[in-house]
Amino acid sequence: MHSVVCIKQVPDSSQIRIHPVTNTVMRQGVPSVVNPYDLFSLEAALCLRDQFGGKVTVITMGPRMATEALAKCLSHGADETILLSDRIFAGSDTLATSNALSYAIRNIEKTSPVDLVFCGKQSIDGDTGQVGPGLAWRLGLQQLTYVTKIERFDTRAREITVHRRTEGGVQVIRTALPALITMLEGVNEIRFGSMEDAFRAAETDIECWNAGDIGPVDAATVGLKGSPTKVKKVFAPQPRTEKARMIEADDGTPRALADAILDVLIADYPTLLDDIKKSVATRRAEV
Amino acid sequence: MAGTAVKKQDTAPAVDLSAWKDVWVFIELERGAVHPVSWELLGEGRKLADEIGSRLAGVVLGRPGAETAAVCDEAFAYGADLVYVIKDDVLGDYRNQAFTHGVQRLVRKFKPDIMLLGATPLGRDLAGSVATVLRTGLTADCTVLNIDPETGCMAADRPTFGGSLLCTIQILNYRPQMATVRPRVMAIPEKRPGRKGEVVEEALDLQEQEVITKVLDFIADEKRDEAQLSFADFIITGGRGLAKEENLQLLWRLAEVMGAEVGATRPVVASGWMTPDRQVGQTGKTVRPKLYVAAGVSGAVQHRVGMESSDRILAINTDPHAPIFDFATHGVVADIVQLLPALAEALEERLGQTGENQGEEVK
Repeated sequence: MHSVVCIKQVPDSSQIRIHPVTNTVMRQGVPSVVNPYDLFSLEAALCLRDQFGGKVTVITMGPRMATEALAKCLSHGADETILLSDRIFAGSDTLATSNALSYAIRNIEKTSPVDLVFCGKQSIDGDTGQVGPGLAWRLGLQQLTYVTKIERFDTRAREITVHRRTEGGVQVIRTALPALITMLEGVNEIRFGSMEDAFRAAETDIECWNAGDIGPVDAATVGLKGSPTKVKKVFAPQPRTEKARMIEADDGTPRALADAILDVLIADYPTLLDDIKKSVATRRAEV
Repeated sequence: MAGTAVKKQDTAPAVDLSAWKDVWVFIELERGAVHPVSWELLGEGRKLADEIGSRLAGVVLGRPGAETAAVCDEAFAYGADLVYVIKDDVLGDYRNQAFTHGVQRLVRKFKPDIMLLGATPLGRDLAGSVATVLRTGLTADCTVLNIDPETGCMAADRPTFGGSLLCTIQILNYRPQMATVRPRVMAIPEKRPGRKGEVVEEALDLQEQEVITKVLDFIADEKRDEAQLSFADFIITGGRGLAKEENLQLLWRLAEVMGAEVGATRPVVASGWMTPDRQVGQTGKTVRPKLYVAAGVSGAVQHRVGMESSDRILAINTDPHAPIFDFATHGVVADIVQLLPALAEALEERLGQTGENQGEEVK
């Protein structure tokens, strides 16, 4: 039983600040973390390993500093890690990223066949959720996204049954291995690794592959060159052309202000009170 | 990784861009119902098609029968000129392999310039696969779609850097130009029943035994507890300005008087004060109520993209320089802890004066 978990090192988005004058991202001092969505997939992979044996390999594509994220995964209990790092991969969009990762996973397969590939549902910086499906199709894996539960794992029949979130309910599906899984957030909690895992994380030299190690890679299909989507510009949203109407009250009490707000809103939206009554009635009827 | 009967082929990037015409919208039909985002996208697709002078087509995959035919008629009513349809029992339940196979077949044969899908669980699952199989570009969660007058290509705006800025993305040398858009970002266009269009039917060319994934069961959600933010007329959202968890009750109280849903910003959900189904913003719900009350909300971009299409936005914040005032329609510089109870009281009185409301118990 061999799972490969793809992770991404991302800036901790809660700490990103925008420069108030230049409207550019201030990255200095923003700590990097393992994409939080990836940890639900890592935990699911670790659980399967605990139950069925085998190993969990974690891979990421990124700059050298992404070894920190991989070390973190070792400390959670992952068995092996690989950093895929090469300048020709820089600037990859999701299509080019899934291509580069698929080369790397095929390379992993040369020494150890892969039963499951895990990805996060999406990353918190790109928020696309496209790399998982891309990998599944490139590697010929059955695609299982938004998984809430791995219900059954049959090593002999090489089948897996999962629950996956869809609009309005949960689909229970069975498919054949090898498969690609993205776990839904909140369905498990990443474990604290053991003391031994912590030491291993501190001592392990992270294995690093460049394009030559996984090649031959067609340079036209990775990096900026292999990315169909082009970022034309990055910008801060413009204020509305019409300024917000600021509401004040002469007598500064909250009640006077509340009345002033309602006066202005009703003048601007004459059916407000009627619409509110309708909404109240509808909501009562639903309860 | 052998052993899968997935039909695929590699294609070089499209070079002859002129061969790719028309704007397509994937009509998401699942379990007998069309996701409303499909109609919203037909409205947006209509604008793009008119701008580049092409036709607007819907793409419908479903089982044979009246249901699928009715969906085609509805697509015409919402503005489609034609509908490409594949009817097959294999398509009864959504399965990635079968739907990807069907959609890529249509794309290869009829060559759309632009293809839009809803950023729903189904749409995202499908779009990533189709783009990969076709080796083309896909822009996720777009908030604005335009045609760039210089290149004639679609210019898609989306949040970036974790929702702190926006970016414009273009797909210049690959076709189709694919994009997903979240539900409620675009308005539902006017429906014109009886409007006619052309139906183009294609075969799926995939047998059930070739589809590796089998659907065993479907467990429907119990709807009651889930917040219904997307279609609410009134929403009151609490942000960091709530300061304390106890202050949540101020939101609930006003919401009850107002017949409003209660929403939350990302930090409020992250702190565990409210459940994720109430989060408004890029990673939460997109809403467009008649009145949106932003209580103690700073107005980060990731929040803004989820609510700026509201008819009216009343922002209440102690900081007169908070970004929320840049895009609110009405603003009040005040402390929500004092203002919300006063607002609930004043509103309750006015509702009482004009009718039957006698006040009610506080939650």
